[in-house]
Amino acid sequence: MVKYILKRIGFLLLTLFLVASITFFLMKLLPGTPFNNPKIPAAQQAILAKQYGLDLPLWQQYVNYMVGIVHGNFGESYQFAGQTVSYLISTRIGPSLQLGVQAMIVGTLLGILLGAIAAIRKNTWVDAVATIFAIIGRSIPNFVFAALLQFWLAYKMNLFPIALWDGFSSSILPTLALAMAPLANTARFMRTEMVDVLNSDYIELAKSKGESQWQVVAKHAMRNSMIPIVTIIGPMAVDLMLGSLVVENVFAIPGIGQQFVQSITTNDYPVIMGLTILYSVMLTVVILVVDVLYGIIDPRIRLSGEGN
Amino acid sequence: MTDTILSVKDLQIDFKTFAGPVHAIRDVSFDLKRGETLAIVGESGSGKSVTVRSIMGLLANNSKIVTGEIMYNGADILKKTKRQLNAMRGNDVAMIFQDPMTSLDPTMPIGKQVAEPLLLHTKISKKKALAEAVRVLKLVGIQDAEERLKDYPHQFSGGQRQRIVIAIAIINHPQILLADEPTTALDVTIQAQIIHLLKEIQQKIDTSIIFITHDLGVVAGIADRVAVMYAGKIIEYGTVDEIFYNAQHPYTWGLLEAMPTLETDTDRLYAIPGTPPDLLDPPKGDAFAPRNPFAMQIDLEQQPPFFQVSPTHAAATWLLYPGAPKVELPPEIKRRREIWNSKYATKEA
Repeated sequence: MVKYILKRIGFLLLTLFLVASITFFLMKLLPGTPFNNPKIPAAQQAILAKQYGLDLPLWQQYVNYMVGIVHGNFGESYQFAGQTVSYLISTRIGPSLQLGVQAMIVGTLLGILLGAIAAIRKNTWVDAVATIFAIIGRSIPNFVFAALLQFWLAYKMNLFPIALWDGFSSSILPTLALAMAPLANTARFMRTEMVDVLNSDYIELAKSKGESQWQVVAKHAMRNSMIPIVTIIGPMAVDLMLGSLVVENVFAIPGIGQQFVQSITTNDYPVIMGLTILYSVMLTVVILVVDVLYGIIDPRIRLSGEGN
Repeated sequence: MTDTILSVKDLQIDFKTFAGPVHAIRDVSFDLKRGETLAIVGESGSGKSVTVRSIMGLLANNSKIVTGEIMYNGADILKKTKRQLNAMRGNDVAMIFQDPMTSLDPTMPIGKQVAEPLLLHTKISKKKALAEAVRVLKLVGIQDAEERLKDYPHQFSGGQRQRIVIAIAIINHPQILLADEPTTALDVTIQAQIIHLLKEIQQKIDTSIIFITHDLGVVAGIADRVAVMYAGKIIEYGTVDEIFYNAQHPYTWGLLEAMPTLETDTDRLYAIPGTPPDLLDPPKGDAFAPRNPFAMQIDLEQQPPFFQVSPTHAAATWLLYPGAPKVELPPEIKRRREIWNSKYATKEA
């Protein structure tokens, strides 16, 4: 198992190197330069370019950048003079991470629960309600939920702050808005899988042992139904943790989503690079975690992994 | 009869489908005696599995019990509440399933799976339950049970898994074991081992077995009595000898002819012509009549009642009606009758 994880970490580093390189060159293909404001005189532009090393040949810039990354230095923002990329990201990632993790927990747990209930009560009104709920959650964009929640729970009923980032209570509404999509997705997957599992022979055997419906589900059906859920949870988690620009805007949250879009529109290369690399790190780590989780949930995978 | 442990009476079960109700079980009655093995034989769709599932209270949601009762320990199983059924299942009545490759939970260690019925029905510590699981696993022939408690089903072979399924069924010493084609998914050498094991266990824990199969060859090795089912009805029942050597129903003859024996001298195996009737709309007369070379006009018009052949043997065929014409028996059945006559000659004389 340890050997397997080490091998995976090696691949992870290689992936990151490739992602960093490709992003670096792709960005150089972006039209315009960071300092293309026509009001800045050419001489001053040249000074700025020199200051940020943009006058060097491309290969030199690339080598400098990669060496910087290895030393943990992601450069300075072009847009905010004197602020390092690490500083910019670290001050902004907190709220996004918190919201992402909260939305993930709420979304998947409720989704698993909803899907399981729908499967157990298959073809009854409970199932129908759960399915409709899942379709709504899937098809309505999260910023619409955000606005609705804001209007009803914050503006009309005054239960939560409207748009503010100050403590846990202000994070509840954005969490709910962000959780809708993963909730609906998980519920749909869970229902399909659980219906299959409940029809399997080992569930009939479990019933023949004298287990109640509830015991059968809790002891046997849940775990077996979760195996495919783990697959979709990974990418969903990364999406959520990196924040949603629109939802963050609706609730005035100083998150990373907004930062990402801003840095692209202003050609702020170091910030784009930093965020892309952060995104890749999170995605690859989550995929690794998912693979390890697979092994924990499904012993068949665990053992075949050890065999290799 | 005081030694009757289970009594099924006038059982009728329908399944609701889009096309209408399917009459899966049509008026089935039988008794199971303490300590005996009753084999229920029939082809796919004859209602064998539905019959035992109704005893377990494990029928599918779209089933409907039209009439009948299943008396066990003075109570009707069909009238039990969910809670009462749960208390009975796995404790008084246990079941062995057909396919050992799919009937164990792939994500749970086998020790836990075997100990589960014990933990459900008795107040016992986990440690003691696992110790009992080891004992039962050894009883069913998993010798290294201690080391293998934490192993998962996929680490065992098919035969071993069926032994584990049997261990789960017997850990609470049930009074009735329902075995639903427990050897069908296994290869022939393993089949013999499993049947031998079941007989051994029956003596050790003193239980009655209902053994479902479509293979008459398996029956000879395990059963005391046999009931033959066709199209949702029992059409003949008797002791193993009575069914094997003195069968009266043409369908039983067909099954016997289709079974290869050492004496079979043709190189073609016999198969009963035609297909079973559609139970959405069961025939008015004897359901087997359209496939029966000995069918008479009355077979098509009226369902035959049971004609008693001996106190233990009866068959539902008009051929046993006192006025029915004598028929020329198929050669294989004739051969079996001769064995019967030589075996029981003194008795009949």
